[in-house]
Amino acid sequence: MAGFDKRVASLEEALDGLEDGMTVIAGGFGLCGIPENLIQAIRDRGTRDLTVVSNNCGVDGFGLGVLLEDRQIRKIIASYVGENAMFERQMLDGELEVELTPQGTLAEKMRAGGAGIPAFYTATGYGTPIAEGKETRVIDGRDYVLEHAIRGDFAIVKGWKADWYGNVIYRHTAQNFNPLAATAGRITVVEVEEIVAPGELPPSQIHTPGIYVDRLLCGTFEKRIEQRTLSA
Amino acid sequence: MALTREQMARRVALELQDGFYVNLGIGIPTLVANYIPDGMQVMLQSENGLLGMGRFPTEDELDADMINAGKQTVTAVPGASIFSSAESFAMIRGGHIDLTVLGAFEVDVQGNIASWMVPGKLIKGMGGSMDLVAGAENIIVTMTHCSKDGQSKLLPECTLPLTGAGCIRRVLTDLAYLEIIDGAFHLKERAPGVTVEEIAEKTAGKLVIPDHVPEMSFA
Repeated sequence: MAGFDKRVASLEEALDGLEDGMTVIAGGFGLCGIPENLIQAIRDRGTRDLTVVSNNCGVDGFGLGVLLEDRQIRKIIASYVGENAMFERQMLDGELEVELTPQGTLAEKMRAGGAGIPAFYTATGYGTPIAEGKETRVIDGRDYVLEHAIRGDFAIVKGWKADWYGNVIYRHTAQNFNPLAATAGRITVVEVEEIVAPGELPPSQIHTPGIYVDRLLCGTFEKRIEQRTLSA
Repeated sequence: MALTREQMARRVALELQDGFYVNLGIGIPTLVANYIPDGMQVMLQSENGLLGMGRFPTEDELDADMINAGKQTVTAVPGASIFSSAESFAMIRGGHIDLTVLGAFEVDVQGNIASWMVPGKLIKGMGGSMDLVAGAENIIVTMTHCSKDGQSKLLPECTLPLTGAGCIRRVLTDLAYLEIIDGAFHLKERAPGVTVEEIAEKTAGKLVIPDHVPEMSFA
C-alpha cells in the first residue's frame, strides 16, 4: 500500500484488527446495499460479542442474519428488526440486546458521529418510550430530545464503484445508510462492484470522498431481493 | 356502509395538490398513489432515499438496487432524485414534505398517535414513523374506526406506547373524516350511508358534531 491507495488484497486484511466486543456500523436498508462479503468474512472470523449498528438485521441465512447463527451479535442498534425467526428467538431468550432507534435519528447519529458532533436535539420521539431517561429541552416553544452520536470501531460499507483512493459512488437506493456509516468508522472498510483508477470517476459525482475510507476491496454480490414486486 | 380501502385512498387523494411532495406509509396510504388525479404532478418520497418513486418494475426493469421503504422493488419517475438516509430524514424532519399519510393503532383527542408497538407482542421497531409524525405539519392518519374486536381507536387518551405526541390534526377512518381541534374530534364528513349516531357510538374520545355533517364525496 502506498500513498492514498486504499486497496487491500483480501477480506482477512480488510477486517484486520476487528476484535471481540467491538462496535461495527453497517450500511444497507433491508437487504439493499449491504456489504455481503464483509458480513460473511466477520462470520468466518468468528468475532463475538459485537455491537452492530444497522437499520435492519438481515433475514435468516442472509445479510446480518448470518451473524446471529453463531450468536456473534450481543447488541443491535436498529430501527426495524425481526424479519427473521432466529432474531426473534435470541431477543426473547435475552441473548440479544436490542436498542430500537427511529430511522432518521439513527441516520443522524451516524452522520453526527462522523462529523464530530457529539449529540443533537430532535423532536423525533419526544413523549414516546424512546425518550425515557434522555435529556429534553424546549427550543422556541417546542420540545426536543437530546440524542448522542454513534461511532464504530469499524464501519462496513457497500459501494458501487470506487477508485484506488477510496472515492466511492453508490448505485440507486443502495446508497441509503452507506455514506453515513462510511464517515463514522474509526476503520472504514468499503466493498464495491468495480474499482477504477484515480481520475476515472467524475469528482463532482463522488458520494463518499476517499478521506473517510481506510480499506477498499472488490467483491461479487448476490443482491438478494426481499420483496420482489412487479407491474401487472 | 363503511368505506373500502380503495375508497379511503380515493378520499385521501382529494387532499393532494399539484406540486406536492408526499410520503405514503405502508398499507392503505400506499393505495393513494393509484388515485392521483390526471394532470396533477405529485412526487412520492420513500424514506430509504428516493424522491420521485414510480410504479413497480417490469421483469426487464427489475433491479435489486431500486427499492422503496417497504423493501419492494420499484422504479423512479423522470426527474427523480436519490440520496442518503440522512438527507431523506432532513427532508422529513425539516418539514419539507407537503403531505404525510400513515396508518395507526390509536389516535387521541390531544393529537397523540400510537402506531408501532403493542406490549406483549413482538416489537419490530418504529422504522421512520416517529420522524415522520414529528416532522410533518400536514399529516392524515388512515385507519379503521374500530379494532377487529369492536373497540374504538379514537380515544380520550392513547393506551398504547406513543409514536408521537400532539402531532395529528386529521384522521380518515372507514366511517368518517375528522379533525382534532382543542382536545376533541370534530366530525367533518361521514361515509355514505353511515349515520352520525353510529360514528358517535364508535368514537370513545370527545366528539364535536356540527348541525350538518355532509356525506363524503370522492371526486
